[in-house]
Amino acid sequence: MSLLQYDFMQRALLAALLVGMTAPAVGVYLVQRRQAFMGDGIGHIALTGVGLGLLLDRSPVLLAVLTAAAGAVVIELVREHSKVSGDLALSVMFYGGIAGGVMLASQSEGNSNLDAYLFGQLTSVAPEDIQVIVILAIAVLAVTIGLRRPLFTVCQDEEFARVTGLPVRALNLLIAVTAAVTVTVAMRVVGLLLVSALMVVPVAIAQQLTRTFAVTMATAIAVGVAVSVSGTTLTYYVDAPPGATIVLIAIALFVLVGLLTAPLNLRRAARRAAAVSSAEVDVDVAATVGAQRRDASTGSSGTMSGTSPAPTAVEEEPR
Amino acid sequence: MRVTRPDTAIARTSAPTAQVDAAPVVRMTGGTAELGGRPVLRGVDLKVFPGEVVALLGANGSGKSTAVRTLVGLVPLTGGRIELFGTPHGRFKDWARIGYVPQRTTAAAGVPASVREVVASGRLDRRRMFRLGRADRTAVDEALAAVGMLDRAGDGIAHLSGGQQQRVLIARALARRPDLLIMDEPMAGVDLASQEVLAETLRRQKQEGRAVLLVLHELGPLEPLIDRAVVLRDGCVCHDGVPPEALGQHALPGHDHVHPHADDHAHATPGLLT
Repeated sequence: MSLLQYDFMQRALLAALLVGMTAPAVGVYLVQRRQAFMGDGIGHIALTGVGLGLLLDRSPVLLAVLTAAAGAVVIELVREHSKVSGDLALSVMFYGGIAGGVMLASQSEGNSNLDAYLFGQLTSVAPEDIQVIVILAIAVLAVTIGLRRPLFTVCQDEEFARVTGLPVRALNLLIAVTAAVTVTVAMRVVGLLLVSALMVVPVAIAQQLTRTFAVTMATAIAVGVAVSVSGTTLTYYVDAPPGATIVLIAIALFVLVGLLTAPLNLRRAARRAAAVSSAEVDVDVAATVGAQRRDASTGSSGTMSGTSPAPTAVEEEPR
Repeated sequence: MRVTRPDTAIARTSAPTAQVDAAPVVRMTGGTAELGGRPVLRGVDLKVFPGEVVALLGANGSGKSTAVRTLVGLVPLTGGRIELFGTPHGRFKDWARIGYVPQRTTAAAGVPASVREVVASGRLDRRRMFRLGRADRTAVDEALAAVGMLDRAGDGIAHLSGGQQQRVLIARALARRPDLLIMDEPMAGVDLASQEVLAETLRRQKQEGRAVLLVLHELGPLEPLIDRAVVLRDGCVCHDGVPPEALGQHALPGHDHVHPHADDHAHATPGLLT
């Protein structure tokens, strides 16, 4: 393939591959915790690090990692301590991150361009960057896959996780720092403003098709790799910004999968409704034959097996 | 108003496996706690003995849920002390012995998860974070079978009914094979089959000499299985003894009235939950 002749394209494709893997691997935990916005916020804060790097003429990637990690830890602590007013404090931090980055970059000498960091630029993946990206990506995958059981437990039900004796705060901080690292890894390819999309959209695509967490995570990673590598390849032939291309491909896929699975879901819903009405009969039986409750309940769970009854009021006793 | 239970009542009301002199698995002494600056617990004494099923009753806002949340460390005590299995709360590390069923309207999170995945998460603790071995798988299967959800193990949790999700949460706690099972309002919004699963769980825990502490809004059909009821009102214990009478569910078909009565308490506490 001709595009692999160029060093910058090799680096860009390698970066795209790593970003496509790491972003959904972290994103799946954020989505599980219903914090899809986290990646966005960390991206905003990382911009201050980029600005600092440009101003001090140091590696923007390194400073972005440090700033984003510090910001992610603060976000996590704010979240932990103030369940109510947390979102306001977080918004202030996010805006501060962008404003700080733009301000610092504007004060730097030379004609520094933030656009490459905001929206991604393939040619900006420098040879020395690629080493950092490879190391960070391996670390992110080691954490998100190696610690998947405790991370799943914490993100599924944080209070339950506390009572199991798991080190919940340490795990939460680990997710935050891992997300920050991922943001900076992805910065060169999709840019800070779109990095969150690559964390969230592949997960959104995957969960239309899956029932288990493990399969959702694997599918999301596969989708992430597919969209980021294909998007990067496309920008070699078409003059388009890589971040926007990748995200638009991902969203198109999201809509496509949604349209394809819609008839399936409708059928499943119909089957569920049927199962519920049969369950209703079972419950009636159980209610009248009080002495034989045990048998009736076994019978009712038998009827429901193989189908998926939706949570409905029909089956439940009023509180 | 605090009724101190005579020690003889323990022997009378608890399962045969429990001994009068057995050390309590839970001992809260003069526990106080607040939520957002408002005092919720105002000097609560609470004990649970091995092999005992204790119901924590009370109206909304009486502090019953907060009381169990202090026991599991989700709400800090502002005064008093807690001992779990004879160890002061601050030094207690053996969380593998405690199974907790939080009060939830759903067991689902933002990403699909299978019934088995959720129940398996109950096997984790500080020492066991990475790999789950054969023993863990057996425990998960047993817990799933105990709540009648083994045939649904591969299903997505979001597709289950409210009662079935509650059963999954119970299985998640049972997978720990806990010596103390703590359940926060497990009867809220569950169907009849799930109520029966819950009753069976209580029976089995008791048979194995393990303890259960459950927060209930009313005793309902579980009444015959409850050894002792502790009733809270305004953050204080106002009854500790045999389950209070006249809670409305006694007339249910299939209800056999076998528990022993301690008459001195039964009549002293009418309308406690209203």
